[in-house]
Amino acid sequence: MLKLHYNLEKLSMGLVGAIVVVASIGGIVEIAPLFTIEQTVEIPDDMRPHTPLEMAGREIYIREGCYACHSQMVRSLADELDRYGPYSLAAESAYDHPMLWGSKRTGPDLARLGEKYSDDWHVAHLIDPRSVIPVSIMPAYPWLTRDLDTGLIADNLTALARLGVPYDDAMIENALADARGQSRPDTDGADGVRDRYGEDIAVRAFDGDPSRLTEMDALVAYLQSLGTLTDAAHEMLAEDTQ
Amino acid sequence: MAVTATLTSTERQIGIAISAGLAILGLAMAAVAKTGPMALHGGMALVLGIALVFYLGGALYDHPEPTNRRHAEYYDAPTRFGIVMTLIWAVAGMGVGVWLAALMYWPEATPAVPWTSYGRLRPVHTSGVIFGFGGNALIATSFYVLQRTSRTRLADAVSPWFVLIGFNLFCLWAATGYVMGQTQSKEYAEPEWYADLWLVLVWVTYFVVYIRTLARRAEPHIYVANWYYMAFILVVAMLHIVNNLALPVTWGAGESFTIWSGVQDAMIQWWYGHNAVAFFLTAGFLGMLYYFLPVRAQRPIWSYRLSILSFWGIVFFYMWAGSHHLHYTALPYWVQTLGMTFSVMLLVPSWASAGNAIATLNGAWDKVRDDATLRFMFVAAVFYGLSTFEGSFLAIRPINSLSHFTDWTVGHVHSGTLGWVAMIVFGAIYSLVPKLWGRDDMAWPKAVEWHFWLAIAGTLIYVVSLWNAGITQGLMWRAYDEGGALSYSFIESVEAMLPYYAARTLGGGLFLAGAFLCTVNCRATMRAAGDRVDEADRPLATQPAE
Repeated sequence: MLKLHYNLEKLSMGLVGAIVVVASIGGIVEIAPLFTIEQTVEIPDDMRPHTPLEMAGREIYIREGCYACHSQMVRSLADELDRYGPYSLAAESAYDHPMLWGSKRTGPDLARLGEKYSDDWHVAHLIDPRSVIPVSIMPAYPWLTRDLDTGLIADNLTALARLGVPYDDAMIENALADARGQSRPDTDGADGVRDRYGEDIAVRAFDGDPSRLTEMDALVAYLQSLGTLTDAAHEMLAEDTQ
Repeated sequence: MAVTATLTSTERQIGIAISAGLAILGLAMAAVAKTGPMALHGGMALVLGIALVFYLGGALYDHPEPTNRRHAEYYDAPTRFGIVMTLIWAVAGMGVGVWLAALMYWPEATPAVPWTSYGRLRPVHTSGVIFGFGGNALIATSFYVLQRTSRTRLADAVSPWFVLIGFNLFCLWAATGYVMGQTQSKEYAEPEWYADLWLVLVWVTYFVVYIRTLARRAEPHIYVANWYYMAFILVVAMLHIVNNLALPVTWGAGESFTIWSGVQDAMIQWWYGHNAVAFFLTAGFLGMLYYFLPVRAQRPIWSYRLSILSFWGIVFFYMWAGSHHLHYTALPYWVQTLGMTFSVMLLVPSWASAGNAIATLNGAWDKVRDDATLRFMFVAAVFYGLSTFEGSFLAIRPINSLSHFTDWTVGHVHSGTLGWVAMIVFGAIYSLVPKLWGRDDMAWPKAVEWHFWLAIAGTLIYVVSLWNAGITQGLMWRAYDEGGALSYSFIESVEAMLPYYAARTLGGGLFLAGAFLCTVNCRATMRAAGDRVDEADRPLATQPAE
């Protein structure tokens, strides 16, 4: 072996080739199967993609770096089930490009956040976290009350559809109308969103003001959707406990 | 000596052409994007390209050309530039880090404007120190070490500049993009698609100049340090390309979606993320260690066999270890188990390297005592051993259930980055700066000693406070009372962190003060540059006529 290496280290391209081959094996063995096995590719029947407004909120979540302090991954540990809810399934983030599982909990996990708090609470908390939780160390985001930039809403859906997220032509065509509609209950637009994304989705003036479409609308809509895209995790946990 | 004087007029012309190309690229980017971060980044490339055209153009015929004697000398001007950039990024990146640490117990300190927000500054810190500080140090020292161990001059005079300037443009795009809210959100791979493509171009050029120089070596064997630098260049390219495959939303938006999703994305992200630690923050710096430590101690590497064992162990085992970032998640159990197993096995090659380095110092311990520069390298090897042990430990599933998502991980990372990576960089910088600026010693040799103790104190305070923070957090989250209910609300665990966050800010502040002292010391040394020739430098082999 030593003799072999003694000769290998005289060949620069030999060393290059050996490094590439040796370094590739681990990744190939661990990653390639994930694209084929049922556990990681199966998608529940009731799974829906994010609405255009929620997608816009997700982009804001990413833009502000929320993922640096909040995970979206409930691990299969007893205390996490008690604290947050059912453990996360692979399918729940199947449409997430990228996933936002996170790596640090300076703040709590958000995978089961949807509908846990009121919209008003979220708005107050985002504008001034210490107004609702006095010892919170979360930064304040007062600028979220500005108008939402809707320029890329349809393009986002188009790009995601090309990557395999089930947005159909009607969804892409009506993306902007759906984003507005979801924050304006009792309008035609609101009915359109429900038609395309399901009766269960939240249609509300998330920031309390139906006349303006703000970044706050989008972010709160996204936060309220977390963990509500499918019931599979709840059903799985119910099966486990039986 | 002006940098242009090291280039022939043909090389200056090539440089002008490349700079003009950069300006045109920048103009095109700005034109397609019109507004937003991508337009600004295009503008930056345009200004940089034009400035370089003028800089090189102004010197095109005025400056004397280098004589043929240059082929009898190593080409160190790019290394000098790389060291200056290393120091600038050190102060900037660590400065932002200390600021962020302060924000964690003093959140109101942030002005309520978007671009100073914690979430946007956090990647400025991570990219600033990993890529700006670490990356520049790696590129600069790799050129120096490659030439000495091969006894040959860099194969080309223009491409090293392209690599260094191009890499720093990437870092600047990254940092400015983050504060404007532009990010892919993939940790340690946040820059958007066009910056990623640019880095591929820079990296391929880096590989080409590296391998061409290596092919010209006058030594039959490739020295160990170069194996590591080569693994760093090759595997980082592999990781960067696979993890960053993305579909731009529109050509001008400067936004994209990664082609990976969900659990596959998580696995690929941490395959990247953990091996960014392995091949950016370990392999490259081991290359540095394997050159500068034996040279400074004037002792040969203790064991050649151990070098081989640890090198291939690291290249093979590390690539399996990423999945230990995903214990108890939706990633299939067997992948987690593989990641854990290989992480534990990694201890063997890691300790082989650390032990080899420390055993090399046998017979030179008096130098470790007297020479702060060598002591930096010794401490780096010790922290390398400690943090790789901790890494294997934290990868074990039940331990990870406690430590994951807590500040313990952050403490572990900083034991590696402050204690190992930054220490070996400072050791290399204090070795190189006097040599490359023609002096016997640093301008203020005593300041090196001060820096050493500031760095050690800072690292220990930082790491110990976050160990405490992380273990406290982990235990509070899983504590149950007698009635079977969780004992603590989440916010109670946040409140319990505040004293530790204050202590870590102090530790980080001390470390930053040391880095600042290093920068000032280096600046004083550079300004008092002499013309002393480094007698200890390995002579270049006689070159064939070109």
